[in-house]
Amino acid sequence: MVVYIVKRLLQSILVLLGLSLLIFFIARVVPGDPARAALGNLATEEQVERLRAEMHLDKPFFVQYYYWLVSVLHGDLGRSLYTQRPVTEDLMQFLPATVELMLFATLISLVVGQTMGVLSGYFRNSWFDGMFRVVSYVGVATPPFVIAIFLLFVFSQLLGLAPGVGRLPLTMMEPTRITGFLVLDSLIAGRLDVTLVAIKHLLLPAFSLAIAHIAQEGRITRSSLIDVQQKDYILAHQVHGIRPAKVIFKYLLKPSIVPTVTVMGMDFAFLLSNAFLVEVVFMWPGFSRYAVNAMLSKDLNAIVAVVLVIGLTVALVNLLVDVTIAFLDPTVRIRRRGG
Amino acid sequence: MNSRAEATLAVWQVRWKGLSRGWYRYSRNPLHVVGLVVLLLIGLAAGLAPYITPYPEHAGPYTNFREAGLPPSKAHWFGTDRVGRDVFTRVIFGYRFSLLLGIVVLAISVPVGVLVGLIAGYKSGTWIETVLMRVTDIFLSVPPLVLAMAVAAMLTPNLFNAMLAISISWWPWYSRLIYGMTVSLREQYFVRELELTGASKTHILLREILPNCLGPLLTKLTLDMGFAILMGATLSFVGLGAQPPTPGLGTMVAEGAKRLPAEWWSTIFPALAIVGVILAFNLVGDGLRDAFAEEEV
Repeated sequence: MVVYIVKRLLQSILVLLGLSLLIFFIARVVPGDPARAALGNLATEEQVERLRAEMHLDKPFFVQYYYWLVSVLHGDLGRSLYTQRPVTEDLMQFLPATVELMLFATLISLVVGQTMGVLSGYFRNSWFDGMFRVVSYVGVATPPFVIAIFLLFVFSQLLGLAPGVGRLPLTMMEPTRITGFLVLDSLIAGRLDVTLVAIKHLLLPAFSLAIAHIAQEGRITRSSLIDVQQKDYILAHQVHGIRPAKVIFKYLLKPSIVPTVTVMGMDFAFLLSNAFLVEVVFMWPGFSRYAVNAMLSKDLNAIVAVVLVIGLTVALVNLLVDVTIAFLDPTVRIRRRGG
Repeated sequence: MNSRAEATLAVWQVRWKGLSRGWYRYSRNPLHVVGLVVLLLIGLAAGLAPYITPYPEHAGPYTNFREAGLPPSKAHWFGTDRVGRDVFTRVIFGYRFSLLLGIVVLAISVPVGVLVGLIAGYKSGTWIETVLMRVTDIFLSVPPLVLAMAVAAMLTPNLFNAMLAISISWWPWYSRLIYGMTVSLREQYFVRELELTGASKTHILLREILPNCLGPLLTKLTLDMGFAILMGATLSFVGLGAQPPTPGLGTMVAEGAKRLPAEWWSTIFPALAIVGVILAFNLVGDGLRDAFAEEEV
């Protein structure tokens, strides 16, 4: 197992190096002078020339890449043109909001997706099953920004059931920042009212993010459930008079854990990119909205940093998922030891 | 000569039989037929947009503030937007740009991806495979949407660069698919025999292995048309794709969303238009998978 993890880590590092080379290459070949962009139109030619030398822009491509890589490994991702601050500082500020949103979305999609999957698998070919299949088909085909706009329109603007955009209303003071997670910070500060409002603000964006995954996870649980239901040992349990609820949760649901975890790992990348759109619609002050703003203002340092951080996160999550599966599924563990 | 004509006829008869059997399997689910009809209608409307839309001049930078923000009516089926342009006309023109984007993206990324996959799969076990598949991995290491957005942003955002950016993040999926199939096909006897008889590598790859990949390739192509259009709409929604006044479906949703909830029609109809076309492509793709399903066995 350790050998496998080390091997996977080395592979990921190689891929990430390749990614950094690719994205750095694109950032350098696009027309425009990064030094001029950083200083603005008012700077003199001399100042620009000095900054060019400082940024190593006057040297060959691979020398530039080397200097850049060394500073990245020291945790310095350069300065953002958009916020005029070090990119690392920006990321630290905006990441927690996105992580909080994604955690909530994962929680919702797990709970709702599993429930829907179990219900429609157990009551197969009933009206509920048919409805769930139609909804999940449409859910997969609907872009997340359409879902987000639709939910915002119906639940916030028409029905007034949910608050609008943002993490908190403008009139509400944010609690002291400790973790960056509003729900946690307000709990630490003992401000239960803020916690409640923060959760209310989380609901709609988290749901818009979760819907596509609810559909996906529900479908997998459903088909796995139907698969297992036809096995002899389930019939034996039923004949022995074990309660249906116990059969479902103890014996039917267990085999569907492995495919669910696999899909969650694959879906993580999509959850992350969908967060870009949901954050734009709900004006969520998170990492993705920072990324979109950086992209719209052609902030090269920030764009490169964002892509690298995402590549790193995806690689780590994939590794985590593979290790988890190996622990959950003995056959995978044995196959890997052999191969 | 006569026997040759007969042979050709026999070949065509077999092909026709396969085709009609495929259509039988495709049409067993009425939804697949609905998807196909919807797609044909959308394609026809998009192709003939300048001739059949009620106000073709509204597709560009047209303004008429006297008719701005009108709700849906007989004259304007989907209402008008904030500068008085007919939303229905712009949705049909939006389809035109969306389909164009889907076609260009696939026309760039499929040949590249297929070629890389074929070569890497055929040369599996050599350094060529390692290099090609590692490069593929690099392009797959970030979500395609993020890569496309980043590339589109670093180039100047417009429709053409959006097509380029989406293609860059799209080809690796095809090289993965074709690579897997080529690796298994390469071991089969008909390929081995051809190698022994001295058939050229180009012949083996393009005339023998590639046709055997066509079923899954066509299915993926159809599904991907929908997803490429989705990504194009997403880029233009964020502001990194087609720029106003080009009627990108995503741009229209974004512009309309600013005027919710009052003028709901200027955002809800373009949004439904996006969902409709993706759903149609998904249905047709599922149908194709059914049609090809038994052929693979």
